[in-house]
Amino acid sequence: MTISEITSQLEQGQTTISATVEHSVRAAEEFNDTLNAFLEIDRKGALERAQALDKRAPSQNALRGIPIAIKDNICVRGLQASCGSKILGDYRPPYNATVIDRLLAAEAIIIGKTNCDEFAMGSSNENSAYGPVKNPWDAARVPGGSSGGSAAAVAAGIVPVALGSDTGGSVRQPAALCGVVGLKPTYGRNSRYGLVAFASSLDQVGIFARNALDVAAVLGVIAGRDPRDATTADVPVPDYRGELGLDLKGLRLGFPEALFGKGLDAEIGAAVKQALDDYRKLGAEVVTVDLPNAQYAIAVYYIIATAEASSNLARFDGVRYGFRAEETPELRQMYRRTREEGFGPEVKRRIMLGTYVLSAGYYDAYYLKAQQVRSLIREDFRRAFEKCDALVTPTSPSVAFELGEKVDDPLAMYLNDIYTVTANLAGIPGLSVPCGLSSKRLPIGMQLLGPYWSEPTLLRLAHAYLENRPLMEKPKLFAAAR
Amino acid sequence: MPITESDIEKVAQLAHLDIAPEELKVFGPQIADIVAYVEQLNAVDTSNVDPAIGGLTPEGEGTDASRRDQLLPSLGQETALAEAPDGASGHFRVPKIL
Repeated sequence: MTISEITSQLEQGQTTISATVEHSVRAAEEFNDTLNAFLEIDRKGALERAQALDKRAPSQNALRGIPIAIKDNICVRGLQASCGSKILGDYRPPYNATVIDRLLAAEAIIIGKTNCDEFAMGSSNENSAYGPVKNPWDAARVPGGSSGGSAAAVAAGIVPVALGSDTGGSVRQPAALCGVVGLKPTYGRNSRYGLVAFASSLDQVGIFARNALDVAAVLGVIAGRDPRDATTADVPVPDYRGELGLDLKGLRLGFPEALFGKGLDAEIGAAVKQALDDYRKLGAEVVTVDLPNAQYAIAVYYIIATAEASSNLARFDGVRYGFRAEETPELRQMYRRTREEGFGPEVKRRIMLGTYVLSAGYYDAYYLKAQQVRSLIREDFRRAFEKCDALVTPTSPSVAFELGEKVDDPLAMYLNDIYTVTANLAGIPGLSVPCGLSSKRLPIGMQLLGPYWSEPTLLRLAHAYLENRPLMEKPKLFAAAR
Repeated sequence: MPITESDIEKVAQLAHLDIAPEELKVFGPQIADIVAYVEQLNAVDTSNVDPAIGGLTPEGEGTDASRRDQLLPSLGQETALAEAPDGASGHFRVPKIL
């Protein structure tokens, strides 16, 4: 079910909010043994809220009665926020993230918190302290990461929409691997107040849905300036559904040919090129563009993201919240033991790498250099967008891989993000759109990248494509409509 | 410059991590691999390139992020301490420092 289907059934009196939410909660519960997508399901809270809304006179609120799942690194008052980590454990924040306040004001219903890689660090969900999420298309495979639980919950039909966070592709890559739409908005488009910080110059809250309309509906609710997040920009929030359905005549799409070479699964390259052909048929023009510094993006990303993470994660010290190691009679020992026992291996690896690149004598060689190359990557995009309205690339170099396949090789895992990290480094929006299935019946995603604040154009492109080529097949694990 | 196990030990200490010897054996080569990979940036000519500062868009940079210096409702002491592993008498209690 999509938002518009639920809304129209509610308007016509064919269902109630309580029945809609019950269906969603039950599906979350039934699938959790196989998918492990949820770390907490708030059956009681969700149903109480649904019943209260059913008693109220119907409103025109955009998300009235819509069940939504929230990644476990976004604070919802009273629900756990473990971030997939043992160090936060059953921490229950006493406040809501701004995006949560806005969803609730629009009368959405939060049904639970979704599993993710620890502190959003990972591309497969195997870094969660609470076990990996499984891909609804094939439970022997990863859903992608780090927002794998949110992606799987939408793909399996448990909820129409979910929130995730995207620091280097953590919404778009799992969206691609699970066959759903995933948006990372422009940096500063929405508030991160209440999103547990990983890398502050890259993090954005993102949206999963099964079509562009539903992404637009949620973005319209959560976007906009927030005095509690100084990085949110004072840029008007348009009607994101306004351009959906317009034809594509006059739009120019950039084809960065060099990104379709080495390391890319041939089936994915062919599917994305087919999508470009489809766009031509829909009236868009395709031009070749060059992003000469994109090849350095992973190196730049893993310096900047780990440096920022080493600083942001310093706050987890066993004093104010979460876990504290036992029998530590001295303060420094308590810090060290708490962090050693509380963090998983990938988080430790990144904290150490970040500490290393920032340490005395290395700062200029690594961090400063990375920020300079980041400027070059931004400039590449600025030039490319002089020639086109959006770029089309693959979202991920491979389809969903098997659990355990890359777990011992961190660098190979990092290369999953080769197509997605550039958008975070440049601050531009990126949208992953399903564009077919591989020969193994696994979803393929294409990525649309646009200039700052071009979400309306990206959603218009996604909508036109999906109207023309909807993903008809459903995953093996899919909650049947009532 | 190749990164050694003693570098990793030092970094772990700076980061307040009590890394076990067997972890050091795993992390050492992995971090060395990643550092070797990121060193490809040395090949890029960045003379006369200003470093990027943060992730802001031009519009974000132009946004006045200041707000009035006024008291707003806060969580309050009891709520703020409620999630602490060892909250006591309105304080966060920690093991001895000296």
